[in-house]
Formats: sequence, structure tokens, C-alpha cells
Amino acid sequence: MPQDILAIAEYGNGVFRKVSYEVLSEGRRLADTLGVKLLAVVLGNDIQQIAPKLAEYGVDRIIAAEHPLLKDYLSETYTQVAAEIIRKEAPALILTGATTQGKDLAACLSARLYAPLASECIAVRIENGKTVATRPMYGGKILADVRLDAAPGILTLRPNAFATRKTAGAGQIEVYPVSLEPPRTSCAHMQMDTSGKVELTEADVVVSGGRGMGGKDFSVIEALASVLGGAVGASRSAVDEGWRPVSDQVGQTGKVVSPNLYIACGISGAVQHFAGMQTSNVIVAVNKDPDAPIFSKADYGVVGDLFEIVPRLTEEIRRLRGDSQ
Amino acid sequence: MNIIVLLKQVPSTETMIQIAGDGRSVKTDDVSWIISPYDEFAVEEALRIKEKQKGGIVTIVSVGGAKAAEAIRTALAMGADKGILVNDPATAGCDGLGIARILSTVVQSLPFDLIIAGQRAVDDENFLVGAAVAEFLKIPFMSLVIQEEIADGKITCHRTIEGGTAVVSSPLPALFTTQRGLNEPRYTSLPGVMKAKKKPLDIKTLTDLGLDPAIAATPLMQVISLKFPEKRKAGKIIDGATLADKAAMLAKVLHEEAKVI
Repeated sequence: MPQDILAIAEYGNGVFRKVSYEVLSEGRRLADTLGVKLLAVVLGNDIQQIAPKLAEYGVDRIIAAEHPLLKDYLSETYTQVAAEIIRKEAPALILTGATTQGKDLAACLSARLYAPLASECIAVRIENGKTVATRPMYGGKILADVRLDAAPGILTLRPNAFATRKTAGAGQIEVYPVSLEPPRTSCAHMQMDTSGKVELTEADVVVSGGRGMGGKDFSVIEALASVLGGAVGASRSAVDEGWRPVSDQVGQTGKVVSPNLYIACGISGAVQHFAGMQTSNVIVAVNKDPDAPIFSKADYGVVGDLFEIVPRLTEEIRRLRGDSQ
Repeated sequence: MNIIVLLKQVPSTETMIQIAGDGRSVKTDDVSWIISPYDEFAVEEALRIKEKQKGGIVTIVSVGGAKAAEAIRTALAMGADKGILVNDPATAGCDGLGIARILSTVVQSLPFDLIIAGQRAVDDENFLVGAAVAEFLKIPFMSLVIQEEIADGKITCHRTIEGGTAVVSSPLPALFTTQRGLNEPRYTSLPGVMKAKKKPLDIKTLTDLGLDPAIAATPLMQVISLKFPEKRKAGKIIDGATLADKAAMLAKVLHEEAKVI
């Protein structure tokens, strides 16, 4: 009888992603609700050093699957090993972060195990013994409650949608003996952006620029994001103009972000952009057009030239920070 | 080279979505329909590969109602060669796994070297179908591709990942899903639209595919209710005599009132 909850943690550059801790915290909450165990699974290479960190979030068991072929994520190898562990442990529910890797792996596992998948969940509850997840559809214009009618159910949890809670858990690492055939796919190399950049979907603060930026120079936006420890985003028009990479796009056909503070600069606020940031805690809009639709959705609006206002805002924040330190 | 594109017709992204009377589906009466934007990238990329390889057949495969034929015709007008639409009332209750089962059954009946799908459909946004079709066909899968090269029976894909790009290779046949930035889909031309009318578009039922409608339509996941997210209201417009005053006031309210900085 499947019962436990299995959470798959993800790491990069030697640290776990923030969303992995959110996944473990929610997993702990659900495990307590159901009176079952929470298992954390981590796949990779050289992970025994960092794996104990997972115990801080109330994990009952930690399963570490280590293999040189698991160094970089490949759908093929990760699906094989994760599916083996899932078959062996027979959990009722599998949770992972709605990252590019998490969503990719969850989809492959869903098909491999013929298990229902709900991706990008923002809330989870147990109703009459079944998992019900709330997830956005139609670019966030609608929230759907979906019920998973078979075990194991698979959920990917949207970053920044669940709180982290530290609870003491067992620190014992169980090493899973991985045996892998050489995969058909291979990862030739990775090109990573300059290190230290905050991942857009996990950032607490996102500062985005739109058509009002007028060109490639996003330095005023970057400076504001930097002083706030946040990430830089862009509207679709700014990406279409070639001013910013696709990976910066916030919106229905880009990334969905849910930061504590979202600052939209020179963005008029098309419904598709709004779909990508409407669950932010506080929305600020800076736009020189007083009739821009963004003002109808923003908590705070400033009418004026962003190139005048944003640098002054950055300066003010620097000053506030300086005062409070 | 035989290329298959998996395509879904969805409400246009400008559509104001309305919840239907049953509380668990959306109204479709006043909706304008489009090819899901990521699937449009898939059609375009298939055409570019065909042009580059100087030959091949691009087949569009879709599951949907009679209206979905329009989306396939649009892809044919862009330059695809033929289409297959699985139109069966039983598919209305399918979840993503069910749709992937049907699509992979269709694909199995065709010769193929490469399958291209959207990373997700912009209606249910579940990121599942492409991966599941690859899994059911037991072929390599690469998601979120912004660039690809094909040579010597191998495909090399540049995948977007958090904070960068991963370059992944696999032998063909394989399936990859699209990411924005892969290409700029072409517009349909009038001659293209005229030609598309004469291109083959097969309509099939589940029985035609040898699938039991009862099995195909037993979902493991069901939408039980839909609601609108909490509406955001217009907040404060920060005023001030000068732009510097406005900036200072904004910093102040964000710090003291909203407590977010």
C-alpha cells in the first residue's frame, strides 16, 4: 500500500535550490497530515557532502543516488534512476520543484510510471484521501483544482509559492546503488551565465523592463535589482526587440514569477505580461503614460520617466539601507 | 527526413477566459483559436529542417474537435505536407497521459525520424505531453530547445536551463520540445492557404486507431473546479512635486508601509 511522500531535491553549484527546501517543507506538512514518512531523494555526483542539509527540513530518510553519469541532468539517466527508487519505495505522492529540471523529470516519470502529474502547483491539500492541487491554467488567468486519482501522484511545486519551515529530521544518508548503461543522450557542455546571478523564478525581488527601456541599455534596472538583491526580468516586447535574452521574459509565454516585490519599468501591462507576475506580493509600476493598464493592477504607481525615477529610487534605497545598517 | 509535429489548438492568449456553468470547464463560444505558440515554433522548425535537408515530409498530428482542423490547415498553409486529426468525443475527458497515448499511437503508424512538440500548451500548461510521447515511443527526449543542428543521424540541441544553456546530443529518431527564441514563425501566404486546401488531412476516431474509447478516456487526473485568481486592484499613485520627490516617497512607502525593502 503506497503511503509515504517522496520529495526530489535539486541542486546547482554545490547548493540546493531554494525551491527544494520549499518542497521539503510542504512535503513535511503533508506527511504530518497523513501520518506518513517524508523521504528526500537527491540524484547527482559528489552529493554526500551536501545531502545532510536536507535533514534540516524534517526529512525522515535521505536517499542519495550518486553516479558520474548523473553529474549533469539528462532526462534519460535521471528518469531511469528516479523511477527505480520510486518503484522500490512505492510512495503515494512525489513532489519536486517546478524548475526546468523538475518539470522535465516529473513529466518523464509521469509517463514511465503511468502516474498522474500536476505541474506548477501553488497549493496542495488532501481531500477524502486524495491529493487535490491548485494550479494555474491559461497563463494564470484561471486557477484549477485538480484531483489525482491514482498513486503515485506527481506534483511540481512552483518556486516562491510555499513557505520554508525548518524542522529537525534524521540526517542518515542511504546511498542508493546506481547502475546505469551508457545513455543514448549525452551532455556535451553547459554554458552558464555569469555566476552570482539570481534565478528569476526564485528571486525575492524582480525588476523588469519593457518597451519603455527604448534599447539594450538596462543598466538602471540592473542597478536597482542589484541593490535589492533581485533579478532582472523583461516584457515580451523587450525580448522581441532583442534587448534581453528569452530567459529573462516574464509572462504567459515566458516565465511566471511570484516574488515578494515586482517592479515593472516601462511596461504597459498587457494581459499576457500580467499572467506572468500577478501573484507577486507587491507590484510597483513606473511608466510615463498615466493611462498604462499596468497602473490598474499595481499596488504602487509612479507616473514619470523611468530613467529619471529608477536611478533616484536606487539611490534612496541605498541610503535607507545605509541608515539601517 | 520524416518530421512529425504535435500540435494543439488553444484559445488565443488575448482571450478573456470565462468559466462555464459546470464550474470546471471554460466557455468556448466566443473564443478565438490559435495554434499554441510553442507548437507554432515546432511547425516552423520542422519546415526549416525540411528546407535545409532539401527534402522530407512534415506531418502535423493533433487531437481535438472538428475546429482543430483549422489549426492544422494553418500549419499546412505555412508549408507542412499533411495532417492527421484525432477527432473523437471520448478524448474530451482525457488527461495529458491519455492524449500522449493517442498521439504516440498515431505516430507509431507513421515513418518518422524526428518529432517536435511545444514545451507546453498555453491552456492547461502541464508540460507533459511531449515528454510522455517520447517515453511511450522509447525515444530520446530533449526539452526547451532554442537551437538545433542535425548531422550524421544525430541531433544536437541547445536547451535552456536555469542560468544558462545545456548542449545535448542524441541519435535520431528523437523528440524535442520548443522554447521561445528557437525561431520566428512565418506568416501564411495566400498561395500557401490555397495550396493547404488540397493537402491531405485525415480525420480519425479512437476506434480507427485500434484504441478502446473507454480506456483512452479514463483520466487519472481531473479538473474538479475552476476559479479566478484574486483580482488585483489599482493601488496608490505616488505623487510629488518633482521626480526626485516621487522616488523618495516610493522608497519610503515600500520600506515603511509595504515593508518589502
